[in-house]
Amino acid sequence: MVEQSIYPNYPKDLEMVITASQVNFFYGPTQALFDISLLIPAKHVTALIGPSGCGKSTFLRCLNRMNDTIPHSRVEGAISINQKDIYAPGTDVVELRKEVGMVFQKSNPFPKSIFDNVAYGPRIHGEKDQRRLAEIVEQSLQQAAIWDEVKDRLHANAMGLSGGQQQRLCIARALAVGPKILLMDEPASALDPKSTMRIEDLIGELRTNYTIVIVTHNMQQAARVSDYTAFFYEGRLIECDATPKIFTNPRQKQTEDYITGRFG
Amino acid sequence: MMTNNTADKFIILSLRLITYAIVLVIGYILFDIIRHGASALNWQFVSSFPRRSGAAGGIFPAIVGTFYLVTGTIAVSLPLGIGGAIYLAEYAEQNRFNTLIRLAIVTLAGVPSIVFGLFGLGIFVLFCGFGPSILAGSLTLACMVLPTIIVASEESLRAVPKGFRDASLALGATKWEMIRTNILPYSMSGMITGSILGIGRAAGETAPILLTVAAFYLPRLPKSIFDQVMALPYHLYILATQHPEADRIRHMQYGTALILLLLVLGLSLGAILIRTHFRKKYRW
Repeated sequence: MVEQSIYPNYPKDLEMVITASQVNFFYGPTQALFDISLLIPAKHVTALIGPSGCGKSTFLRCLNRMNDTIPHSRVEGAISINQKDIYAPGTDVVELRKEVGMVFQKSNPFPKSIFDNVAYGPRIHGEKDQRRLAEIVEQSLQQAAIWDEVKDRLHANAMGLSGGQQQRLCIARALAVGPKILLMDEPASALDPKSTMRIEDLIGELRTNYTIVIVTHNMQQAARVSDYTAFFYEGRLIECDATPKIFTNPRQKQTEDYITGRFG
Repeated sequence: MMTNNTADKFIILSLRLITYAIVLVIGYILFDIIRHGASALNWQFVSSFPRRSGAAGGIFPAIVGTFYLVTGTIAVSLPLGIGGAIYLAEYAEQNRFNTLIRLAIVTLAGVPSIVFGLFGLGIFVLFCGFGPSILAGSLTLACMVLPTIIVASEESLRAVPKGFRDASLALGATKWEMIRTNILPYSMSGMITGSILGIGRAAGETAPILLTVAAFYLPRLPKSIFDQVMALPYHLYILATQHPEADRIRHMQYGTALILLLLVLGLSLGAILIRTHFRKKYRW
């Protein structure tokens, strides 16, 4: 249950699915995260906000161990997902990433058909049955609210889709693996306003079934889509609270300065 | 004083002239070879054995020999080179040992071909005991084209956008699954094209096969990879410089050169076709 001392404004029965405690992160000799302790509630949307270089994306990428691919990087402290330390020796990164999906800033569909994009995850995890694959693909595209636009051209190259469609396809592709948690790294920052709105609507729909952590530059977006907001600044977690509270009555001066646009 | 605009036009014109000059040189070489060689070309020339030490008859065994050597070179160098490139591009960390490997590859690319020939003679022909043979020749040629294949393959592996890698890994692919499903298919065209162009060059080399496989004249085709063969570049070398009737058999020399050229052009054409095929299949 929630540690009331840190989060006075969270509902008392909130179930926490991700627990980060005293996380430090280093790119070679440069420390990017300092002592981050943060709880993330299940089946809600948590936004990570802050100016460029504040460490919000770095923290996000710690949650599915995507930072492992960066040479000379190092993480300290503990991150648990469903009470399992994901940095414990012997952790199966493949299993972790099946559980924790990710959507990137720049939409990155594979240069294959729409169908093959969505089926990619299930296939590498051993699903061979064509009927089952077709089911998963349809279901995932439905969930990502793009099925109606692509159902007649599932075998066309995904590169032919518009930017907003590509991003929703990437969300469908992530959902097809069956994750419980979805990490989104500025998923709409490269999109036009209309496509952005569709992505935000989609996040609103997905929150009932998924735990979503979204990094965003756009404070209005954080205010619109998230239930909880964590404010990062210079590699430190300054404040974390219910979103309305952060945007109306933050406890920290730095948070207030940032959300009122005095810097950042 | 020239305005920026005139300077710009001047540069463009110069670059254009340089390009035309290159095309002109290549065009002249082709024209010259075709003009003198076309008369020698006929079915008998490509399908029969040489007579009178190559002054008459055909060059069939040399065509077959070069074909075997190219096939052998591809079979050895492609897996090795692409494998090495995958290691260097995807797995190798930036450390001193791997810097040394890269340095070795670059150096290997600069080694004169006659040195490869001597190396092949020492290692494959004598030390391994293969004798002068298709095997020894192919291995020698393979060593020679390895740097080209590795460099071309590594570049095309690195050209695959990071987004594809991230997406694969984030979907739970292991590193090898990522490489197999989302890197190799997209880099295949570049790897094959670069490799074939390198092998095309090797097909025309004389020095490395001189000491390891090539025979001046053989009355029959090779029966195994441990046999010697005749080869087009060596045959051409003999006809043009060592033959007592060198002055009177120009058409035979040009004919041989033309066939060799066609073979190399054929390889390049194959490379282009493969590239177009993959480009169409995976575009981004």
